[in-house]
Amino acid sequence: MTTPRATTMHKELRVAETKDLQSRIQEALQDQELRSNFRGAMDFLTAKRASVLPDAAEFDAWRSEGEAIRHRCLQKLPELLEQFEAAATTNGVRVHWAETADQANEIILGIMQSHNAKRMVKGKSMASEETGLNHFLEAHGIEALETDMGEYIVQLDQSQPSHIIMPAIHKNKQQIAKLFEQKVGVDYTEDVDKLIGIGRQILREKFAEADVGLSGVNFAVAETGTLCLVENEGNGRMSTTIPPVHIALCGIEKVVETLQDIPPLLRLLTRSATGQEITTYFNMINGPRQTNEPDGPREVHVVLLDNGRSRIYADQQLQQTLRCIRCGACMNHCPVYSRIGGHAYGSTYPGPIGQVVSPQLWGIEKSGALTQACSLNGACRDACPVNIPLPDLIRRLRHEGNDLTATSQTPGKGSQRKTLEAISWRLWAWLSTSPKLYRLFLRAAGRFRLLAPRKLGAWTEYRTAPRPAAESLHELAKKHLEKNYE
Amino acid sequence: MNARLNTHTSGSEVRRYPPKPNQVYYFGTCLIDLFYPEAGLHGIQLLEREGVQVIYPERQSCCGQPAFNSGYDKESQTVAAAQIDAFPENLPIVVPSASCAGMIRRHYPELFKATPLESAAAEFAARTFELTEFLVHVCKVQLQDKGQPVKVVAHHSCSAQRHAKVADCGNQLIGQLRNVSHMTQERGHECCGFGGTFAVKSPAISNAMVQDKCDSLVNTRAELLVTGDCGCMMNISGALEKRKDKLPAKHLATFLWERTQ
Ligand code: SF4
Repeated sequence: MTTPRATTMHKELRVAETKDLQSRIQEALQDQELRSNFRGAMDFLTAKRASVLPDAAEFDAWRSEGEAIRHRCLQKLPELLEQFEAAATTNGVRVHWAETADQANEIILGIMQSHNAKRMVKGKSMASEETGLNHFLEAHGIEALETDMGEYIVQLDQSQPSHIIMPAIHKNKQQIAKLFEQKVGVDYTEDVDKLIGIGRQILREKFAEADVGLSGVNFAVAETGTLCLVENEGNGRMSTTIPPVHIALCGIEKVVETLQDIPPLLRLLTRSATGQEITTYFNMINGPRQTNEPDGPREVHVVLLDNGRSRIYADQQLQQTLRCIRCGACMNHCPVYSRIGGHAYGSTYPGPIGQVVSPQLWGIEKSGALTQACSLNGACRDACPVNIPLPDLIRRLRHEGNDLTATSQTPGKGSQRKTLEAISWRLWAWLSTSPKLYRLFLRAAGRFRLLAPRKLGAWTEYRTAPRPAAESLHELAKKHLEKNYE
Repeated sequence: MNARLNTHTSGSEVRRYPPKPNQVYYFGTCLIDLFYPEAGLHGIQLLEREGVQVIYPERQSCCGQPAFNSGYDKESQTVAAAQIDAFPENLPIVVPSASCAGMIRRHYPELFKATPLESAAAEFAARTFELTEFLVHVCKVQLQDKGQPVKVVAHHSCSAQRHAKVADCGNQLIGQLRNVSHMTQERGHECCGFGGTFAVKSPAISNAMVQDKCDSLVNTRAELLVTGDCGCMMNISGALEKRKDKLPAKHLATFLWERTQ
């Protein structure tokens, strides 16, 4: 098997970024296979989640608890990070701080170079997608191989994850079978178990050969310095135990205070993500191999990644973004995501949480348009296990996009402002606060209703235009209520 | 999608209702004012029949939601402040739209936080009720169905389901009409794709959503669509009409009034 070239993968990603959001959306909507893949997958995931959360009141109680835990930990974040660093260091873990994505990549490269390491196996890590690690390492002659089956498929396909939990959810088994036939060189088979078996076979060898294993982190426990990793395939355990060096890449918001905080969050995470009461593996990593231990990595590093998170943290309302435990439920329940899929967003993090995170990480100028791809229907908010008010945050970011004087530190604020739109809203406000004028407008609309335009841009492409009524409610109410119209 | 899941209400947000008052304010909302005034009037008549006197303040216009959802906070605030000003007495405010009621209930307090209008906005929000919510919980209406047997399908807006959380009130009222068969649509919880300016700013997705919505509504073989929100009605009816599907729509207030006359 030849290892997929991450460089090409990154090039494709760039192309996706240059196309504008609306045309990516159009394209996705016209791809019937893609749409049915997502429809089927989202229906499956939402039904599975519902089956393990049958009691709405219980779920509400659980998620209030989850919200409270994450909120408390965020409130103490600076302190908890220090505590985590001290505890992890005592455990023999080397802790690194990365302010930017580039710094994180450099640190990881530095660790690898100090070991003369050339091969990395990776457990699933969205943070490493965020920093573009694969591409970076590839450019330095290092092979970074994804070992999560979904990530592996996506890497074979020289593509990128379309979902934060199920990276290859955009593909059906026929497409995966074809991919294996072409890229791995095996006979075409749609037998999923066989396909997984083939993938595992290849990966086994890679685990044994790898110099470094990289993983993400679901929770980092300040009290004990423990890194928690939730997974189903065992590849996370192998990536973190077989190679002599383990590097964990961890967003700074992932820290929780005590071990006791874990079970309530884990209960929410596995149910919300995959509809499981518990995952097959739950790894708790405390440090490198001890002298009396037969196996495990000789070195464990954790890279704490900021990359804009402190900026998000500084704003009270936007800080709620950092409560996220990356379960993916918001995308599974989103009527937009379930129709256009993850790639159309053109961002590492798709779906509702992506629409909130991306503009804050990469700036409104680049990612602000994402906030428009939302009807504010609130399905995501209802699904979120830590009660993140995603629609409120999307709306807030729209505001940040329009307003140069907005209060957050989000880069590119005001950059989405369109003069004509701003003027229209000002006119609308004037009309709506001038009662006489407003009534005059209603009357005029009623009198000249037959002249009302029958074409209203995008609206009438798919719908007929509404026609103003002959008499407004103001007029009807005046006649009907007489003195009670005041 | 069954009705139970349709109307999931959060345990922490249980609302207390006052006894039936003699008088209420009526907030007609801009969409109804301009496009569906009959529906607004039927709402007034439903209240009057319960012995509640309805006052319609002349200076009302729009709740401010269109600008708010678009992120134009200042403009939204200006318009919202004018509404707070237009309903000065301490009377319940009844709104025949879950979307506008939700805006007032959930977002007015937030919009005026740390401004001189903070407490006025909170107080305004506390006395605002969506029409079906008010009919069920405050007036405790018992409807007498006088219409012919009919199959209807209800579409509850996202605001009705998740924001104002009043979808079960609409269902209850329809349930009181004994000649009405209430059909259930597949994915009834899902957004119709209106979303205010969303329909214009992201037309392709909005269209994909409304097409699916039309399919599931038409598939119920209902003879009539009823909804408590005119935004959804304008969107869905507009799309049905363009598709040449024959499924007429009525505002819930009109439907309830006409059947009980
Ligand atoms: S925002 Fe909420 S629902 Fe979405 S991934 Fe994060 S925790 Fe899950």
